[in-house]
Amino acid sequence: MDLYQEIILDHSKRPHHAGLREPFDAEVHHINPTCGDECTLRVHLSGEGRSAVISDLSYDALGCAISTASASILADEVIGHTVEEALGSFAAMRSMLTSKGADLGDEDKIGDGVAFAGVSKYPARVKCALLGWTAFTDALARSGVDISATPTSNPIASNPMEIS
Amino acid sequence: MTEVTLAGAFTAQESAAIRGDFAILSRAVRGGKPLVYLDSGATSHKPRQVLDAERAFYEQHNSAVHRGAHQLAEEATDAYESARETVARFIGAQAREVVFTKNATEGLNLIAYAFSNAAAAGAMDGVDPALAARFALGTGDEIVITEMEHHANLVPWQELARRSGATLKWIGVTDDGRLDLDDLDTVITDRTKIVAFTHVSNVLGTINPVGAIVARARQVGALTILDACQSVPHLDVDVVDLGVDFLAFSGHKMLGPMGIGVLWGRYDLLAAMPPFLTGGPMIEQVRMEGSTYAAPPQRFEAGVPMAAQAVGLAAACDYLTALGMPRITAHEHALTEALLAGLAQRPWVRVIGPTDGRDRSGAVAFVVDGVHPHDVGQILDDAGVAVRVGHHCAWPLHRRMKVTATTRASFAAYNTLSEIDLLLNALDRVPSVFGVAI
Repeated sequence: MDLYQEIILDHSKRPHHAGLREPFDAEVHHINPTCGDECTLRVHLSGEGRSAVISDLSYDALGCAISTASASILADEVIGHTVEEALGSFAAMRSMLTSKGADLGDEDKIGDGVAFAGVSKYPARVKCALLGWTAFTDALARSGVDISATPTSNPIASNPMEIS
Repeated sequence: MTEVTLAGAFTAQESAAIRGDFAILSRAVRGGKPLVYLDSGATSHKPRQVLDAERAFYEQHNSAVHRGAHQLAEEATDAYESARETVARFIGAQAREVVFTKNATEGLNLIAYAFSNAAAAGAMDGVDPALAARFALGTGDEIVITEMEHHANLVPWQELARRSGATLKWIGVTDDGRLDLDDLDTVITDRTKIVAFTHVSNVLGTINPVGAIVARARQVGALTILDACQSVPHLDVDVVDLGVDFLAFSGHKMLGPMGIGVLWGRYDLLAAMPPFLTGGPMIEQVRMEGSTYAAPPQRFEAGVPMAAQAVGLAAACDYLTALGMPRITAHEHALTEALLAGLAQRPWVRVIGPTDGRDRSGAVAFVVDGVHPHDVGQILDDAGVAVRVGHHCAWPLHRRMKVTATTRASFAAYNTLSEIDLLLNALDRVPSVFGVAI
């Protein structure tokens, strides 16, 4: 199966930038109610608006290999980058994950995130891969950054998930 | 396995015949692998006898039940009410005590809202004061549930407590996954008005001691409500023997259609209860100034009922009866014992729930420490083995068992011992994929 790429397993076993750190501008706690996975995430910004630099992103992720590896890769991809660049990575990641296999991902924008291309063929797992990323955009918004110019449709919101 | 458990199990020939009734079991998944369906606790498959019954209803008798005087209307009404009688017989009840609902969740909410609606001015006019008092709930009263409830038998009682001012209490769960009845007498007190609990845990597989809980509830005059979703499909359930006041279950977990559930209640209690959903055929008389309501069960069946699904559910009852509920129980018990034995040989797997077959049904939840249950389920899925992952709508129970989620295999009559082997073989890939020491 093409879901558990070695790079995903490596990130899930040895997550980068893990743990909650100070200082931070906003902290969010996101859960996946269908499975109970949780992600507490903090961002610390230097500067103003979308040109601000993400000087730190720290997190405590509790979940499956897909969701923990995704949080690790998120931290790799956005720390040291501007909000504008990070939102571009988020859009590229989401586009790939919701493409049902059509979009293989842009390594320039999402780095190791391309290893998640196989996840897009498993609709029930897309939410796992996006948990940290949606927490991140929420944390940006709570830091006072306008994230509205990014695509606002949320394809996973209508994704049928088991609930009972 | 002991000879006792094997004695009642279906033979290879019987199993083949049963499986032949379920077309979906012969399909392939994930690139040509035979489907190994071990998720009947979430929903069961439906035999062609059930599908044929629904099709025959639509092709020959389709009409709105309890409306109109033409021949089809008569036939549809007759089919619907005959289905009610079949379902009632299946659980040892009278037909007038059987209410068809959308699902078990609606049945449980129907009872919870009876308490809320009983509090409205005039709602209990004409009801025997002693009976009306049983539905009077307020500050100082207590509702008792258990820590192993499915959210469907948990959240409605939390909400009822919030609306009424009553206090919600619960019976705890032991480390080995059974109800902790040591302090039953202090949890259920003279203030308890409702005791709602599950017959069989959808996660742990535990079969709860209904008699002991009912006996205590009766001592204090509390109403008892049993979630029978995981028992009616697997055990020979008789509402009179159980001694509870209400019992709810769903059709789709017992080889029947989706979209239909059953609420059974003692007739005098149903007759005292105000309606939940209101509208069409549940009325007695409607004037612009107000309405009066039909007797049960019609009082609780607003709108055009799900007649085809009722007919399908009756066919499922007939199918289960023909196989024999004791045989089904014995067969699933053999599968459970085989899986528990197989898992016991794998020290890297931890069963969440009783590890022996005593008072245990065919739902087996487990974890592989160091690997998330979703990832375990995905490896099984890759081998064509369908199991459930997550918290199975029993989040507080998972917290109590100190796990965030579990992987669960659950059985029905159509499963076989060879499918247990396929599950175990697929499971053996998990440690190598995720680098877990074994």
